[in-house]
Amino acid sequence: MQIYLPIAEVSVNAFLLLGLGGMVGVLSGMFGVGGGFLMTPLLFFIGIPPAVAVATEANQIVASSFSGVLAHLKRKTVDLRMGTVLLVGGLIGAAVGVQVFTALREIGQVDLLVKLCYVVFLGIIGALMFVESLNALRRTRKGAPAVRRKHNWVHNLPFKMKFRTSGLYISVIPPLLVGVSVGVLAAIMGVGGGFIMVPAMIYLLGMPTKVVVGTSLFQIIFVTGFTTLLHATTNYTVDMALAVLLLIGGVVGAQIGARIGVLLKAEQLRILLAIMVLAVCGKLAFDLLVQPSELYSLGDPGAH
Amino acid sequence: MLRLALLLICLALPATGEEVVAGLSQNRVAITANFDGSEIMIFGAVKREAPPPGDGALQVIVTVSGPSEPVMVRRKAKRYGIWVNTDAVEVDAAPSFYAVATSAPFEEVLSSTEDLRHKVSIQRAIRSVGAPMEIVDSQSFTEALIRIRTDKGFYQNRENSVIIQEETLFRTAVALPANLTEGMYSARIFITRNRQVIDVLETAIDVRKVGLERWVYNLAHERPLIYGILSLAIAIAAGWSASAVFRYLRS
Repeated sequence: MQIYLPIAEVSVNAFLLLGLGGMVGVLSGMFGVGGGFLMTPLLFFIGIPPAVAVATEANQIVASSFSGVLAHLKRKTVDLRMGTVLLVGGLIGAAVGVQVFTALREIGQVDLLVKLCYVVFLGIIGALMFVESLNALRRTRKGAPAVRRKHNWVHNLPFKMKFRTSGLYISVIPPLLVGVSVGVLAAIMGVGGGFIMVPAMIYLLGMPTKVVVGTSLFQIIFVTGFTTLLHATTNYTVDMALAVLLLIGGVVGAQIGARIGVLLKAEQLRILLAIMVLAVCGKLAFDLLVQPSELYSLGDPGAH
Repeated sequence: MLRLALLLICLALPATGEEVVAGLSQNRVAITANFDGSEIMIFGAVKREAPPPGDGALQVIVTVSGPSEPVMVRRKAKRYGIWVNTDAVEVDAAPSFYAVATSAPFEEVLSSTEDLRHKVSIQRAIRSVGAPMEIVDSQSFTEALIRIRTDKGFYQNRENSVIIQEETLFRTAVALPANLTEGMYSARIFITRNRQVIDVLETAIDVRKVGLERWVYNLAHERPLIYGILSLAIAIAAGWSASAVFRYLRS
């Protein structure tokens, strides 16, 4: 069944979109990430204009994160205080990111920036996660105890604040900075930034793993919500029809994925996620490095 | 203004006593949510007082064009090891859709001077005035524009697709792709002899989004804030109901 998207002005198969939403939803349910980093490149591949894909994806992430955070609130695994600090940084970052996005859209480099961001961040995160989970897997095989977290430079900064749920007493500067950078990325890449936020919270801020996912989801709702509004008002690129199709598939898939996730071990999950992240990164890098079959591209003439 | 110009052109044409009358299967194309392309039949006849002149066979050209808009054509080049957009040329006006259907190979139907005057072929329908000084091969940008749009089915050059019967009746069909942009489209029908235009007829086709598509598009552009908030409300509601439904299923 073909459906005409009112904002993207392209006609796509509705079942393809539902299927994509479902598939990415399963993965996000399994790994506890928003799935935006997979969905946005997939939308590029099926011919949705990048500007629309990025803005609409932000809207879809609001839905999946909201669904997830409700479950975490019930289990009391959301650090609202930490979430708020991250959020303040995130909103500043998102506002900056949308401005950067609009400016680059006018000079025709937005595709490049989005793809470069993907390659760089997916590459770093994927590689780190892969190595880390491989080590963890080896350790559990040997039966050695996990390494205890040490205090690092992050704990010596001023403006300290108590985060009871996380059991932390640290400076607000690192969480603020993490928030800002994730906000910028959310606006430019159309992702919630969970795949950057989660490792940053664990390794940089030293938060306990059980509150990380809920807290990250909590702040992602607001940052992506804010990003959606900004894209809607400055670029008019949020496609409601596309978002609805994706999120129907997404929310159903996420619940199924959560069931599958229970059956697998944490290290195995992380290694699978790392492989997937690296695969997406490899594909995008390949496109940038190899001569494209069509050197020319068409675009809207922007202001000069 | 355009109509006046066309009228003048019509008046300036040699009076051979042949006129074209034509009709379209539809004058409106409605883009609905499940729009997946449309086909327009264009048919007509040549009206004449005297028997057809013996010199040269009657030929028919039908063009359908979408609204013209400026387009930015960008070219990639390798910089620091990756492919980046570098040069850009703004094409002043290019139709979003353009189809030319002819009753014989194009060169046999229309001379290049007549093509230049009436802007019939795809190359002539695109107006590109100036390229930046530093770009020498601005022609290749226009060619790229035509190539890309032809591949996507937006530009169609269909020779020998107009069927003429008895030097009088003619018909053809133009397929509109699913990825259509809205606006006023125009259909032009030329009759030619000896590669010279004898008569031309122009008629409009109104292509627009209707129903939900129209509503969503208008809301997004006229009330962006409300549209954004509505999008968020839908997302929140979907997220909440999904978790509620699955909680209910679990218990």
